[in-house]
Amino acid sequence: MSERAAEISPADDEQDDDQITDSAAPDAVTEDGTASDAETATDPVTTGAESVVRALENAGVECAFGVQGGAIMPVYDALYDSDIRHVTMAHEQGAAHAADAYGIVSGEPGVCLATSGPGATNLVTGIADADMDSDPLLALTGQVPTEFVGNDAFQETDTTGVTTPITKDNSFASDSDRVGSDVSEAFALAGAGRPGPTLVDLPKDITKGETDQEPDDPKVPDTYQVQERADTEIVEAAAERIENAARPVMLLGGGVIKGEASEACREFAIEHEIPVITTMPGIGAFPEDHELSLEMAGMHGTGYANMAITHCDTLIGIGTRFDDRLTGGIETFAPDAELIHVDIDPAEISKNIHADYPLVGDAETVVEQLADAVDESPDATKWRAQCQQWKSDYSMAYDAPKDEPVQPEFVVEALDEATSDRAIVTTGVGQHQMWACQYWTYTEPRTWVSSHGLGTMGYGLPSAIGARIAADDDQEVVCIDGDGSFLMTLQGLSVAVREELDITVAVLNNEYIGMVRQWQDAFFDGRHSASDYGWMPEFDKLAEAFGAEGFRIDDYDDVAETIDAAIAYDGPSVIDVHIDPDANVYPMVPSGGDNGQFALAEDQL
Amino acid sequence: MKRGLEGPEPEERPTPSGRRNKQGIRIDPEVEATHEPRRTVISALVEHEPGVLSDVSGLFSRRQFNIESLTVGPTEDDDRARITIVVEEPDPGIDQVEKQLRKLVPVISVRELEPDAMRRELALIKVDATDPAQVNAVAEMYDAETVDSSPETATIEVTGARPKIEAAVETFSQFGIREISRTGTTALARGTDRTAAAESTAQPADEANHGDNYQTADDD
Ligand SMILES: Cc1ncc(C[n+]2csc(CCOP(=O)(O)OP(=O)(O)O)c2C)c(N)n1
Repeated sequence: MSERAAEISPADDEQDDDQITDSAAPDAVTEDGTASDAETATDPVTTGAESVVRALENAGVECAFGVQGGAIMPVYDALYDSDIRHVTMAHEQGAAHAADAYGIVSGEPGVCLATSGPGATNLVTGIADADMDSDPLLALTGQVPTEFVGNDAFQETDTTGVTTPITKDNSFASDSDRVGSDVSEAFALAGAGRPGPTLVDLPKDITKGETDQEPDDPKVPDTYQVQERADTEIVEAAAERIENAARPVMLLGGGVIKGEASEACREFAIEHEIPVITTMPGIGAFPEDHELSLEMAGMHGTGYANMAITHCDTLIGIGTRFDDRLTGGIETFAPDAELIHVDIDPAEISKNIHADYPLVGDAETVVEQLADAVDESPDATKWRAQCQQWKSDYSMAYDAPKDEPVQPEFVVEALDEATSDRAIVTTGVGQHQMWACQYWTYTEPRTWVSSHGLGTMGYGLPSAIGARIAADDDQEVVCIDGDGSFLMTLQGLSVAVREELDITVAVLNNEYIGMVRQWQDAFFDGRHSASDYGWMPEFDKLAEAFGAEGFRIDDYDDVAETIDAAIAYDGPSVIDVHIDPDANVYPMVPSGGDNGQFALAEDQL
Repeated sequence: MKRGLEGPEPEERPTPSGRRNKQGIRIDPEVEATHEPRRTVISALVEHEPGVLSDVSGLFSRRQFNIESLTVGPTEDDDRARITIVVEEPDPGIDQVEKQLRKLVPVISVRELEPDAMRRELALIKVDATDPAQVNAVAEMYDAETVDSSPETATIEVTGARPKIEAAVETFSQFGIREISRTGTTALARGTDRTAAAESTAQPADEANHGDNYQTADDD
């Protein structure tokens, strides 16, 4: 087939003479095969694998994360000649998290690659994580040659079977001529509408197979339809409800950030003076230093956000799926509120909380529709004063006496202070993640990168790698990690060192898997079954063994200076921060509890 | 050392009097009732491609939808298959079933069928044939056909809506049932109404089902 391609191409070129500058490739290649114009030259594809890589190039992919292996080798071979940057990870889970974070920060689907079998199954946690958080991600997995599929061949796993429940869509490539287009389509799907992970399984014979087929442009299949604008009548009705609200609240979810609706939401909230709460994935959608911000609601949300969400009469939920960590018990969630729910995914409407005003559509478009429809601001002066009162009643102040062990909140605030407003925070999962939500003041979208829905320990470091690569040079990337979480994926340090990535990891080391210990203290009579991690390595020394810079904080006097040095260090650095091992996260709504009944201390649980 | 934050204790805080039911609906006099499950037929037109059936069945098990039967088969168009699903869910659940199905990329259209839709299933019933004449007589009652007989057994094919099949099974049990195999329900909308055209919405069926005149077609 490649011969045929060689025959056909020149003929095609002649016919298309007048379009030479537009048409891709062959034209720019001189007879000896060297590119005459390095900028635009592209050789015609000759294999399925080249078509896969061409599809990525056409989609504008600049970076991919992965690990080599037998079944994916043809794709890697094709990558060898591509300008796409490939970051070899130390574990495929890290590749998926890095690509996921890349997608969050850049807004474009992140790409990860793995070989068949164990490579693909190692991606699973990261794919599931992206699925729960609606992060745009494209996973390409090698597969055993088609003729072996189903025979339990070496390194065979039914990857599409395994990933069906955790992908937006997946496919098994069955034709070398089509494989490039399969990848284009999967890329487009990952980013379209409600984003999510897609996967293409690539049998080795298909990627090795000859083809002269250039991939189609990225385009979602016809059966995938997204509604952009919400029903006008419901918009009008919702607008009227907002105008008449006495206790309105806006609740901004991750969809606001993904739908690029932060600006529109800010304008709307500020113009009509509506207090704003975010969900955890919605952090950054609204500036937390603004008077109207009540920050995050839910299990470890602020007391004032939880009071406001419980007592509001009109809840404008945008791009949120009303996860149980946000709602607590359904019975007591915003029980007096009429819900205006904006979401691009119709299935989210009335899934958990009944929507009185269902507005299906793109977040930015619908908020603009609402903005046009609302003529008068609600009369909510008293309500705003009440919210401010709650802010002072339940302030997030903490004690940090110098003679006590370092309090984690203090460290988070110090990190925030040492960095710019656009600095990106990534985290693992546990108490440290909650302190990172609560005590860092986020003001910009796409600066908060965390594992929300799946709650994946080990997310922090690999996501910092992906975030670093997607971020602008002047944006610091800080990973606030827990000792247990860091231990799960710290082999990624080798990647950060090799790639010379300027990342600061602050491990809030309590020698516990702290969040578990906190629950054991509260709900299991303080029986610390398997949560005491007294055998933690010295993370600063470990970092140095990897070739990163190691720092250590033991008391308050070290905090500011050490943080400054670590941030200033141009490359990966790890601060082993020895915090108060007994520190717990408050406020807290026990799972299934009433948001308004959050505990401020252990004896209230 | 004190652990925790300052502020009024839970019992000192105001609490709203409202509540929601389990389905997230505010409990006010008009909507106080929780929706009870009802049985209904969802029809989905899908791309006829490998994996789509497992996509659909996986969706049902993973989301814990209460599914009674699921059948799949080709349609007038070689590239499309029709999946007919009988579910028993409260209204919000039925709504979710439809929306989640619609989200699957190979799914072209989804709708809940009107209560009067034609629903059929097929059953093969293998009974002891000690009294063949008697078996044949019963078969005739149900418009059924004996498709296999041996000195010891007779296998009867019966088609119809669920209640008819149920009744047939019940009646045949007098002979001693050896084995039964049933297909599950397949269904089409009546008359010119398209079962699952690309543009179809579930509106008419929804309305019909919410009214008090909810009943299945009498040809069942
Ligand atoms: C992969 C994974 N395994 C287990 C858990 C359950 N889990 C949730 S939080 C937590 C403790 C996390 O400990 P650490 O990373 O040290 O953070 P800390 O809570 O101490 O800040 C555990 C084990 C999880 N979320 N993810």
